[in-house]
Amino acid sequence: MDANGRLRANTWARSSSLTSPASGLASDPLSFPGFGLQNNQPKWDDPSNSDYGIRAEVPFKEFNQPSQTQSPLPCNSNNEIEIPDQENCHLNESSQTSTLQDWEPNVILNNLSFLEEKIHQLQDLVHLIVSQKGVGQPNELVTQEQQLITTDLTSIIIQLISTAGSLLPSVRHNLANASSLIGQIDQLRGATVPSGTGGSGSFIQPQNNGEKKKSDQSMQTDLPNNGEMEPNYNMVEQELKDEEDVDDGENLAPGSYEILQLEKEEILAPHTHFCTICGKGFKRDANLRMHMRGHGDEYKTPAALAKPHKESGSPKLIKRYSCPYPGCKRNKDHKKFQPLKTILCVKNHYKRTHCDKSYTCSRCNTKKFSVMADLKTHEKHCGKDKWLCSCGTTFSRKDKLFGHIALFQGHTPAIPLDDTKGVVEAPNHDSKESSKVGNMNFTFGSTPSNGNDVENVMDVKGNSDDPISFFSSLNFDTSFGGFNEFTRPLFDDSEGPFSFVMPGSFKSGGESSPDNLL
Amino acid sequence: MNRQKRSVSQNDNPFQVLTEELIFLILDFLETAPLDKKSFSLTCKAFYAAEARHRRVLRPLRAEHLPALAARYPSVTDLDLSLCPRVGDGALALVAGAYAETLQRLDLSRSRWFTGSGLLSLGARCGSLVELDLSNATELRDAGVAAVARARNLRKLWLARCKLVTDMGIGCIAVGCRKLRLLCLKWCVGIGDLGVDLVAIKCKELTSLDLSYLPITEKCLPSIFKLQHLEDLVLEGCFGIDDDSLDVDLLKQRCKALKKLDISGCQNISRTGLSKLTKISGGLEKLILADGSPVTLGLVDGLNKLSMLQSIVLDGCPVTSEGLRAIGSLSISIRELSLSKCLGVTDEALSFLVSKHKDLRKLDITCCRKITDVSIASIANSCAGLTSLKMESCTLVPQEAFSLIGQKCHFLEELDLTDNEIDDEGLMSISSCSRLSSLKIGICLNITDRGLTYVGMFCSKLKELDLYRSTGVTDLGISAIACGCLGLEIINTSYCTSISDRALISLSKCSNLMTLEIRGCILVTSIGLAAIAMNCRQLSRLDIKKCYNIDDSGMIPLAHFSQNLRQINLSYSSVSDVGLLSLANISCLQSFTMLHLQGLVPGGLAAALLACGGLTKVKLHLSLRSLLPELLIRHVEARGCVFEWRDKEFQAELDPQCWKLQLEDVM
Repeated sequence: MDANGRLRANTWARSSSLTSPASGLASDPLSFPGFGLQNNQPKWDDPSNSDYGIRAEVPFKEFNQPSQTQSPLPCNSNNEIEIPDQENCHLNESSQTSTLQDWEPNVILNNLSFLEEKIHQLQDLVHLIVSQKGVGQPNELVTQEQQLITTDLTSIIIQLISTAGSLLPSVRHNLANASSLIGQIDQLRGATVPSGTGGSGSFIQPQNNGEKKKSDQSMQTDLPNNGEMEPNYNMVEQELKDEEDVDDGENLAPGSYEILQLEKEEILAPHTHFCTICGKGFKRDANLRMHMRGHGDEYKTPAALAKPHKESGSPKLIKRYSCPYPGCKRNKDHKKFQPLKTILCVKNHYKRTHCDKSYTCSRCNTKKFSVMADLKTHEKHCGKDKWLCSCGTTFSRKDKLFGHIALFQGHTPAIPLDDTKGVVEAPNHDSKESSKVGNMNFTFGSTPSNGNDVENVMDVKGNSDDPISFFSSLNFDTSFGGFNEFTRPLFDDSEGPFSFVMPGSFKSGGESSPDNLL
Repeated sequence: MNRQKRSVSQNDNPFQVLTEELIFLILDFLETAPLDKKSFSLTCKAFYAAEARHRRVLRPLRAEHLPALAARYPSVTDLDLSLCPRVGDGALALVAGAYAETLQRLDLSRSRWFTGSGLLSLGARCGSLVELDLSNATELRDAGVAAVARARNLRKLWLARCKLVTDMGIGCIAVGCRKLRLLCLKWCVGIGDLGVDLVAIKCKELTSLDLSYLPITEKCLPSIFKLQHLEDLVLEGCFGIDDDSLDVDLLKQRCKALKKLDISGCQNISRTGLSKLTKISGGLEKLILADGSPVTLGLVDGLNKLSMLQSIVLDGCPVTSEGLRAIGSLSISIRELSLSKCLGVTDEALSFLVSKHKDLRKLDITCCRKITDVSIASIANSCAGLTSLKMESCTLVPQEAFSLIGQKCHFLEELDLTDNEIDDEGLMSISSCSRLSSLKIGICLNITDRGLTYVGMFCSKLKELDLYRSTGVTDLGISAIACGCLGLEIINTSYCTSISDRALISLSKCSNLMTLEIRGCILVTSIGLAAIAMNCRQLSRLDIKKCYNIDDSGMIPLAHFSQNLRQINLSYSSVSDVGLLSLANISCLQSFTMLHLQGLVPGGLAAALLACGGLTKVKLHLSLRSLLPELLIRHVEARGCVFEWRDKEFQAELDPQCWKLQLEDVM
């Protein structure tokens, strides 16, 4: 990490000094942070760009931390500079092509001039570092100043990256139909080829390389994801905007993953793992392996009992799933196709959307479910929503009801039926109204479904403060089915850092389940 | 003859020139004299009709009369049903139908048997209803309260002791009755933070809020203190509120309008909590801290910020001298101070206090047993403007001290000297307080007729006199009072064993007499009682317990003349079932107490119970229960009567000195 940070800082300092002449734009290094964001954002016309700027900032903060604590000594070795130089050229080329395409030249020009400014700033900074080294101040002061400078550097770099990243997609959007360039780039990136071929992705790649050896599996899967996502973000987001059904924050470029489609029978099969000897079926691979022990000693070896090892090392293409139901949005032929992440997702989706709801709640006898886990989740809470509002919403907790009533005008607590005996038999002309009250109450009781949803949303909001614990439950297969219900509002709500962290962590959770299933 | 009649009818009725407006104006002046109004309405048909149209306030005795009353009085705005023990849903529906447009105030505080449906018809139809008293509706549930919530214009609502009402019900009120100014939720133990919080959020115009004995905590306090118009807040006995809960968030609020704060019995609020509370509410005028934490220097320090404070009530708090001195040193001038039953009030501290607060109008030092003539002297010297002084059982105060009170405090209107050493000289001095309207000199064994004569001569405005067990008083004293204080309304001469029929005959001059207690006046006979009955038509409470010489012959005039009698205690007297049955003639009669009535036979009692239709409470000896038919008891109970079965021993009378010794032994 430390080495990466230094590398990054150096390469950038050097490259900027190479590409642009020194023009003392801002002499004070402390005035740099935030400059780009504040001054340049308003210039960008596309709102998604500005969004993007904010989002991009977040993951890099992670890198800020270590580089702050370490004091990278500026050493300008030529070897290290060469590659970034290439990258820079690449970048310039691509931005040249973009200007040639001339789709929205003003925006691009703005962005480019911003890039130029930033590069100047970087250059000045490095100059400062060099001069300080020459003076030879006391060590402590030097390290402090260097820390300051490195933070400035990183912030500038982040701004640079975000601007550069915003340059490219706008070009792409223009080219989306015709050019095959994207596909190539995506392919390259999906395979995590370390050499940056263009765009913002190139800046991240070196880090990934460095980290690969040290960091754990999840980090590894996490970072390429980020890399992939960034360039396509604008495009996908624009598509998603009008869709209420945004299932997850993941936005994979079409073609960057492998699409698998299971058949209906396969999805609805009770077992997915079958014993090769006796043919008995199992839901889980682990159970099958336990079963296999009975068939002989050769299945008792640790190797046979261990999880089938995932081929690591060689980059694996991400798998996504398509629903076999024609016309479904989750079907790969749909024009707004949204892939499903795991087999379990496929199963739950297919049962929920395309199958009969055969499980009825034994308590209320009204709610029906097609997934057993959903029924169990419902049964846990069924009948507990005894706090009613006059608007028909039910709450499992009294304080939630009172919070709701306090918030809305005209909503009243609805007194349960058994308490309204006296009122129902009201005199004269009131009988009509009061019986209406009774009826209303009755319907509240019989349709807790609306309330359930609201309650879910509320609970989710409460939880969203603590995403870690929220995601940890993903790893449990049993809770997965029920959990899917919750994810929707949460993903919608999530913004900024949240959406960025999500794909990676989600995937790590998702990967564990196919392991068990396959 | 015939012609003459015609000529009379042709002759224009002289009152026809009077327009109805003029008659109404005249009737407005008769508002305070119900009897005069009655005689007015009985003059002729026209007057009868005019009075019926004019009447706004109705207080019926029985709910059964409501249909007739509704037909007679078309424009009633205030209906008080507290005298009707049983008000069913039908009666309420009738009221709602008859007075849908006019009814503004309705009192159901002592009525039962109505349910949510009755209240629903009220709430739905009486759009102009602004005040509703539902206190003591212990059976009322959320549904009923939700029905009340339909009366959108309610300004005042009393729900004291509606124990079954929960947050849901009060939530309906909060949403429905947004214009509420006053809400009393005392003893509504089913209501918690959520309900109160919602009320405070929704009813922004609340000025008065009574939350006594509610299981509430600090959670509802922020929204309460956000109420901009709140003037009167009662948090008596809210044990859930403590010092810690009154935290910083709360302190950011400003409750500017708050004038009266009652946190009596909140044992968990000590001086820190109080100082936080006083910080919020700078405009407090009255602070009630009864039965709370000790009054120390620190506690009183918290009061320094209250620049408008006028009244402090510290009843039942342990008091330190430093605390009292600190109250004395407050920069404001206090007008009312109550130290009733405070332990630790000393002469020195109290003297200092009163010497600083010369503007004191009301002082209560009941049961401050340590104070002596020193305190009384400084009170008399400093607080010449006192209008009310209560000093029951200040037993160390010597006889001479009371002269000082009479000499200095000429503005006294209320004086309680029960169980003190005051003598005739003291009474003579006090008789110079010509504005005195209430004088309590019970258990003052030193006073005699001489002292009372002074009072009778000079205190002509006296309305209430208590001579309980002041055994030195005889017929002469009572006669002097009766001659001088014609406006007397309440007199208690219980156990003044020397008084006889002559005293009662002289008392019968006081035509406004409403309450007469002559317990244990063994010399009084039916003749004296008859005199009272014939002349004191306003008599509503009579206690002739242990008047052994009063028998049925006293009951008959009572039944005939005292048509306003509500409550009677006949225990130990010689009244038999004949007298009891004659009492059934009094339609107002609500409460009987008959223990150890020798001449009572179950059959006669049963007949009397059946005959008295308006009974609400009957106190009988337990032994009678088995003798009365169960069905009869149930029938009377169904009419709205509550039986109280007592199992008291027959008590022989003690002589007064012996009684006082016993009393002191108990204390």
